[in-house]
Amino acid sequence: MIRHIPRSETELSALIAHQHQTASPLVIEGGGSAGITGEIGGEILSTTGLSGVVDYQPGELTLIAQAGTPLAQIEALLSQSDQCLAFEPPDLRLVLGTMAAGPTIGGVVAVNSSGPRRLLSGACRDHILGIRMVDGRGRILRNGGRVMKNVTGLDLSRLLAGSHGTLAVLTEVAIRTLPRAPVSLTLAVSGLTPTAAQALIAQALATPWEVSAAVFHRGRVCLRLEGPGPQVASRRAKLLRLLGCEVEELEGEASRTLWRGFRDLEMFADQTLPLWRLQVRARDGAALAQRLAELGGEVLTDWSGGLIWYQGAADPALIRSLAPSARLIRRAGLSTARFPAEAEGLGRLSAGLRQVFDPAGIFNQGLMGGSMGAADAD
Amino acid sequence: MPAPDPHILDRRDAIHQALAAVLPADGLITAPDELRAYECDALTAYRCAPLAVVLPRSTEEVAAAMRVCHRMGVKVVPRGAGTSLAGGALPTADSVVIGTMRLRDVLELDLESRFIRVQCGVTNLSVSAELEPHGFFYAPDPSSQLACTIAGNIGMNSGGAHCLKYGVTTNNLMAAKVVLVTGEVVEFGGPEPGAAGLDMLGLFCGSEGQLGIVTEAILRILPRPEGARPVLIGFGDAVTAGECVARIIRSGVLPVAIEYMDESCLRAVEAFARAGYPECPAVLIVEVEGAPEEIDHQIAAIREIAGALNPVEFRESRSEAEAVAIWKGRKSAFGAMGRLGDYLCLDGTVPVSKLPATLKRIGELSAQYGLEVANVFHAGDGNMHPLILFNANKPGDLEKAEAFGADILRACVEAGGCLTGEHGVGIEKRDLMGAQYGPEDLAIQMEIKSLFDPDWLLNPAKVYPLEASAPFRAGKGGAA
Ligand SMILES: Cc1cc2nc3c(=O)[nH]c(=O)nc-3n(C[C@H](O)[C@H](O)[C@H](O)COP(=O)(O)OP(=O)(O)OC[C@H]3O[C@@H](n4cnc5c(N)ncnc54)[C@H](O)[C@@H]3O)c2cc1C
Ligand SMILES: Cc1cc2nc3c(=O)[nH]c(=O)nc-3n(C[C@H](O)[C@H](O)[C@H](O)COP(=O)(O)OP(=O)(O)OC[C@H]3O[C@@H](n4cnc5c(N)ncnc54)[C@H](O)[C@@H]3O)c2cc1C
Repeated sequence: MIRHIPRSETELSALIAHQHQTASPLVIEGGGSAGITGEIGGEILSTTGLSGVVDYQPGELTLIAQAGTPLAQIEALLSQSDQCLAFEPPDLRLVLGTMAAGPTIGGVVAVNSSGPRRLLSGACRDHILGIRMVDGRGRILRNGGRVMKNVTGLDLSRLLAGSHGTLAVLTEVAIRTLPRAPVSLTLAVSGLTPTAAQALIAQALATPWEVSAAVFHRGRVCLRLEGPGPQVASRRAKLLRLLGCEVEELEGEASRTLWRGFRDLEMFADQTLPLWRLQVRARDGAALAQRLAELGGEVLTDWSGGLIWYQGAADPALIRSLAPSARLIRRAGLSTARFPAEAEGLGRLSAGLRQVFDPAGIFNQGLMGGSMGAADAD
Repeated sequence: MPAPDPHILDRRDAIHQALAAVLPADGLITAPDELRAYECDALTAYRCAPLAVVLPRSTEEVAAAMRVCHRMGVKVVPRGAGTSLAGGALPTADSVVIGTMRLRDVLELDLESRFIRVQCGVTNLSVSAELEPHGFFYAPDPSSQLACTIAGNIGMNSGGAHCLKYGVTTNNLMAAKVVLVTGEVVEFGGPEPGAAGLDMLGLFCGSEGQLGIVTEAILRILPRPEGARPVLIGFGDAVTAGECVARIIRSGVLPVAIEYMDESCLRAVEAFARAGYPECPAVLIVEVEGAPEEIDHQIAAIREIAGALNPVEFRESRSEAEAVAIWKGRKSAFGAMGRLGDYLCLDGTVPVSKLPATLKRIGELSAQYGLEVANVFHAGDGNMHPLILFNANKPGDLEKAEAFGADILRACVEAGGCLTGEHGVGIEKRDLMGAQYGPEDLAIQMEIKSLFDPDWLLNPAKVYPLEASAPFRAGKGGAA
């Protein structure tokens, strides 16, 4: 298998221009956590040669890094200044069964990778200040910049976040960093039905106490408070009063470990079963979680009901009928499309955008929207 | 602006008739004296009455009007309340304005999923008013929130004083129902968090009416904080004030707002509002939120940070009245400046660390042009609003002010910032786009515009320099 590892944006541009002319497909690979290279036709284009932090200004809350920079390197750098990426990107290697080197910042942005704190702090796409990229013709392009507020022209930074390498190759991203909360505290309530859990979460989130994450797993609701010590203490007291039931508490490292587990989906390591990711209206999360549990398998409800992870053998067509947004994260032998089909008008616009960015259709062929994404094979 | 299309002007009556056939009688304005009300937005230096104004009451009526314009090849200018400071809603003589301000229904409130679904003609403030009894609010709060509409906010991806903590429109928008140029209706996003496919919503937000007309939106809502309190900090020079901003941001305290006022602004405000601000070259207003004890804790942290920089004054509000007094001057700043004469309000953004140097540069340019400038802005995110004072009745003064403004914006870009943080490009900054973006960076944007609007009928002559957009407008754009 041919594997390109360009060392500069210019080298990458020349490579792509050539692939464009010869209409030769490429599979874009960051850290390789997704493990999709085997299922998409084409030579591998690795971004790992484009690595390194370009600039980090803690006083401006901005970090600029080349796309192939390992996430772990970035997180280590930020923690020296007590900062973090607020959207809490996961490391899904265990779940995806790939023992790759670990996520890169470009891969994180390309899938809009966001963990439990999305509930309070927004998704990866909400923290991107600007990008550099090379499109399917080999053009080196820029959008946005390095400042927090920027409405100059069309916002391609958000469009590229979550485009899964189907529009352009990201080469550099500017991201907003945030101070890391000194204290993490978890309040957990057990023995709940999905409906009761949903009600409890809604009650906690209707308060101004900034619950930073809310999950439901195996009858237990976990709510997280983060911030300076005195603030967490006073909010804890108020939440306990509001909940008025038996609450288990986890602090410090115990709390952090618990949330790392939810973030990295530790309960979904069974490689023999498919793993699905479903996004629904938060209010509908409980009913869907209930239904999926009845079908047999493991279910985790995150983002206060808005995100459901399901590991199980249920029929893909049934899953997609329950939640049209369903995305197949781990195949485990299934040949069904990874991404859902899009509504008519939307699908035409998406296809048109791919045509604009990548006229010869060389990037990640068929991963999203194309024939593979359009219909269910099963 | 390009010359109006004579073929369209010739068919004026036919266009009026075709629109009248698909709209209720009170939904179409064609009388010249009534059209004049729509000849400009808040950038009043430029005016031009449109061919007609359409004021639909439903998505279907918007789509019907769009179909007529599309069939007849007529340009369309989307309009909300017309408060754009960038000429974003400025008509051309051969265009039809489609105004969405009569689409004013609240369609759904889902407190459990924490969103509100509205028609986009509702004003920004009325959304928060609707939410108040339930203990929630909608975070983006442009100063124009009493008048401006959600449609315009989406069009410009507007911000406000509170966006330091809560983000701008794009961070608080979950879905949009959009009428495309053909009249086809599509939905971007949805009531669930995040898109299943490409982030069309992110692309649409801030597209300045270039891609379609938004008629409905789902907005993320937040529980109202328990309280908020400002402090006022005066400094002996701009550099130290800028340093204080950077240190606060770095410290981990997350204020909801950090506002900056310079000496010219303070002088005007003092004369107008008698806010009792200290006499010094730079004042910061920092507002924090939370329960009383949380506020105390944050203010103590800010006091410590500021104290290390020897402020001229550190004024804490201990009551509602004192809080109002601190905000009084800031809130009256635009009014105060208005009394001094005509002004241009710029919107460039720079990295926070470049604030002092940029302020110094603006001062030098002010001396060079012989025009006074006052600075009052959202310092926490580096979003500057220099107000250039000029005399509209003095020949050449507007042009001089515009040239001065262009130099300031170029300086912002050179400092690592951008031309516009929240007001949009419109016609005001159209010809400066080349200062921020290279030809190919602009080309890909125009290729996307051509995908949504192949004949370039939507919001003509805005955002992209006319020379650069000419091949696209002629249907020959793209490198393909
Ligand atoms: C179908 C599918 C959907 C997924 N959805 C999610 C999700 O919603 N949230 C989540 O957290 N994780 C998701 N993942 C897992 C994701 O791969 C990992 O989270 C990983 O951390 C991403 O980092 P990486 O560097 O390992 O990227 P990789 O796994 O190497 O790549 C991930 C995707 O991004 C593309 N990509 C990588 N780098 C670039 C670049 N520089 N420019 C353009 N495209 C690039 C790849 O082509 C691939 O499609 C998904 C995986 C798959 C297979
Ligand atoms: C005193 C004053 C203070 C201001 N303060 C702020 C501030 O703090 N922050 C800030 O960000 N802005 C501010 N503004 C600028 C302005 O209020 C915002 O840009 C606002 O969002 C415009 O809303 P509008 O309804 O008036 O839209 P308009 O001015 O009518 O239109 C704005 C843009 O959106 C497009 N548009 C309008 N309706 C639609 C639609 N239905 N579909 C698609 N596109 C559409 C228009 O074509 C135009 O390009 C201020 C303006 C004034 C006059």
